[in-house]
Amino acid sequence: MPKDEIKQTFRLVGTRPDRPDGLDKVTGRARYGADFSAPGMLWASVVRSPHAHARIKKIDASKALALEGVKAVVTRADFPEVPAGEYWDLQENTIAGERALYDGHAVAAVAATSQLIAHDAARLIEVEYEILPHVTDVDEAFKMDAPVIREGAADYSVPEGSPPNVVKVLDFGRGDVEAGFASADLVKEGHYTTEATHQGYIEPHACVGQLGSDGKGEMWVCTQGHWYIRRMCAGVLGIEAANLRVTASEIGGGFGGKTTIFMEPLSLALSRKSGGRPVKLVMSRAEVLRATGPTASASMDVKIGMTKDGKLTAATAVFRMQGGAFTGSPVDAALNCAFACYELPAVHHLGYDILANRPKAAAYRAPGAPMAAFAVENLLDEMWGELGLDPLDARMMNAAKEGTKSSYGPTFKRIGFEETLEAAKAHKNLSVKLGPNQGRGVAAGFWFNYNGDTSVSLAVAEDGTAQVSVGTPDIGGSRASIALMVAETLGIEYEDVRVSVVETGALGVNEPTHGSRATFATGKAAVEAAESAIKDMCRRAAKKWGIDEDAVEWVDGAARPAGPNAGKFPPLSIVEIAAKMSSTGGPIAGHYEGNPPGVGESFGTHVVDVEVDPETGRTEILRYLVVQDAGRAIHPSYVEGQYQGGAVQGIGWALNEEYVYGADGRLQNPVFLDYRIPVASDLPMIDTVIVEVPNPGHPYGVRGVGETGITPPLPAVANAIAAATGIRMHSLPISPSKLLAAMNAKRKG
Amino acid sequence: MPSGRVKVHLWSGLRRFTGGATEVEVEAETIAQMLDALVATHPGLEPVIEAGVSVSLDGEIIPTATHIPVAPENEIYLMQRVKGG
Repeated sequence: MPKDEIKQTFRLVGTRPDRPDGLDKVTGRARYGADFSAPGMLWASVVRSPHAHARIKKIDASKALALEGVKAVVTRADFPEVPAGEYWDLQENTIAGERALYDGHAVAAVAATSQLIAHDAARLIEVEYEILPHVTDVDEAFKMDAPVIREGAADYSVPEGSPPNVVKVLDFGRGDVEAGFASADLVKEGHYTTEATHQGYIEPHACVGQLGSDGKGEMWVCTQGHWYIRRMCAGVLGIEAANLRVTASEIGGGFGGKTTIFMEPLSLALSRKSGGRPVKLVMSRAEVLRATGPTASASMDVKIGMTKDGKLTAATAVFRMQGGAFTGSPVDAALNCAFACYELPAVHHLGYDILANRPKAAAYRAPGAPMAAFAVENLLDEMWGELGLDPLDARMMNAAKEGTKSSYGPTFKRIGFEETLEAAKAHKNLSVKLGPNQGRGVAAGFWFNYNGDTSVSLAVAEDGTAQVSVGTPDIGGSRASIALMVAETLGIEYEDVRVSVVETGALGVNEPTHGSRATFATGKAAVEAAESAIKDMCRRAAKKWGIDEDAVEWVDGAARPAGPNAGKFPPLSIVEIAAKMSSTGGPIAGHYEGNPPGVGESFGTHVVDVEVDPETGRTEILRYLVVQDAGRAIHPSYVEGQYQGGAVQGIGWALNEEYVYGADGRLQNPVFLDYRIPVASDLPMIDTVIVEVPNPGHPYGVRGVGETGITPPLPAVANAIAAATGIRMHSLPISPSKLLAAMNAKRKG
Repeated sequence: MPSGRVKVHLWSGLRRFTGGATEVEVEAETIAQMLDALVATHPGLEPVIEAGVSVSLDGEIIPTATHIPVAPENEIYLMQRVKGG
């Protein structure tokens, strides 16, 4: 059966038109979170804990309130009590209650007539702390005698007698792993660690919130999901969701980190306390790094068995991840993704979600999967290398395919992992001969992709153009992709479709732009909405012609009589139908509300060449190849951008980025000078190959591309360094100092 | 009343709630009925279901929707709640 049964040729899908937000962004017209202002607006500043763990004994705001221009101060006492669960966690993270749980935890906030006064006033708020024992390291937090972050936070899954900071235990697998290991010719185990990294979006969190004493309010905010902002703020503040209108700004990066709330309820609480005046709150970079969601740090043990031919027989993984002072590390997704690329007769996963005195983890691009891949792909590479096997051939021999029972249980439908391996093997980078101190690394990665609650509305204008209202903020080109799909469906030009991200009052609920879902789910919803409008237009044409509406088809942007009526009437174009909409039934529109089914997984294969400086331990990326199955690339430039962005973030994770905590539990590097993300001059152009094994669950074959790309870089870089130096690094980041120490140790024998 | 008997694969950590079984059969025509039936037949699963689960239906993960029909011929896996990411 051919892999691709979906239509292959399109008029617009797969082309690269200008991006709809391009002019606004290059001219500075685009409005980001901090660009919003309102009459009478106040500015806010937040007082944050300088301690990793401390009891808040007293907060005295009298000096701040006496400062001219200060209008309000809020503490936890200004928030309603909410029951344990999601909203309690969000409230506790927004503003500390009895204890500050991490360095940077908000304890109070102040609103004043200028940003300067607000900052001055924040410094005048006196907080008396009783410092408590803290723990920031995941393995230390896992110990029985670790400082306890929160009693009673463990759920049903945690057996009695577990370490006190374990809040969730995951245990799943299938097959007889012991028999699998017994049948193997080679069995190896490895211990691996990764540090927490931040999403590193360029735009800090920013919002303007307004809330009156009547409980009605508005918010303008930089976010990946303004319905989530609405729901979460309402839950934390005890107001009704529908009374809060939230408008999303343009967004300067999110990568999962802007799918939740951090300081937004503070601006609303300050507004309510200052008579309903709008309150603007813009985080500094240090605040972003100290108090918004990084990803988890991980400590992982992996064991794999294989035959002498490299065929996998069994695997186990034990992952420990801390996600800060709250339940929610991505250890579940990490385990689900760990072995998903491969056929395995027997596999077992065990995971621990652990509390530590760090900020509450937020989603970061394929949450958990990059850490899991670092451990698994690292060990696989070591073992296949020991057996003298080619890393791409070995992966192909074990590759998951249609009909494979996945490592996490269900049977895969059509997937494109094998195709990515084939494309990687055929790429020109593989034929480049490497020199001294250079090495090539290969790794694979996986992400589920996702659908989620989705609402879209489409309206045909009087001139036959179309406006599409969506609720998923555009973080990766979704407006262009949706416009292309709608234009393709309606049979009009790309330029005649305008896609807008609208406020929460304009549509039904939308989940954020997360899970690589926007082009899949919002795109599918937009196509459904377009189909609905087409049906309406065909109905109007049928009525005009006096024929049955089922005897009308939509071709090339026009209603045409079909079947026995074919050719009896001239086609009625969308322009002609739209021009008469008022006299033929009123406005023409279509909409969709639901969870679009048909999600398709995405796999990727990366190949990287590095050179390691033997004197400094610095690793240079010589060339980097991303091959990934997009299902269908609606706008290939954006897809390539997603591949490149994922690779770059993964390279940063592998080589530079880490949260460095001091012995006092304070974050030592909360600025970009010390928290080193890769910049353009650090890297070559990232090569990309888009593999298209269309997803049959989407009208144009889309799978979703945002997340898989960050998964393979961590192990690919480590594998390349191993090839270049003969040293297999088990701990990220592989910083120059760490690698140099390992090389020196090797030289000393 | 449900008339279809569906087989649900559970993750191995749930064996302690099901007398050691990782495959359980219940009468259900929708995911919602299936989850209710799981709790009815194995009350220990109640906190698990309440904490939030996803369901894989013939290889497609259904994150939250419970109105989706299920049938005896479906491959059904109960999974920890899959989130967007």
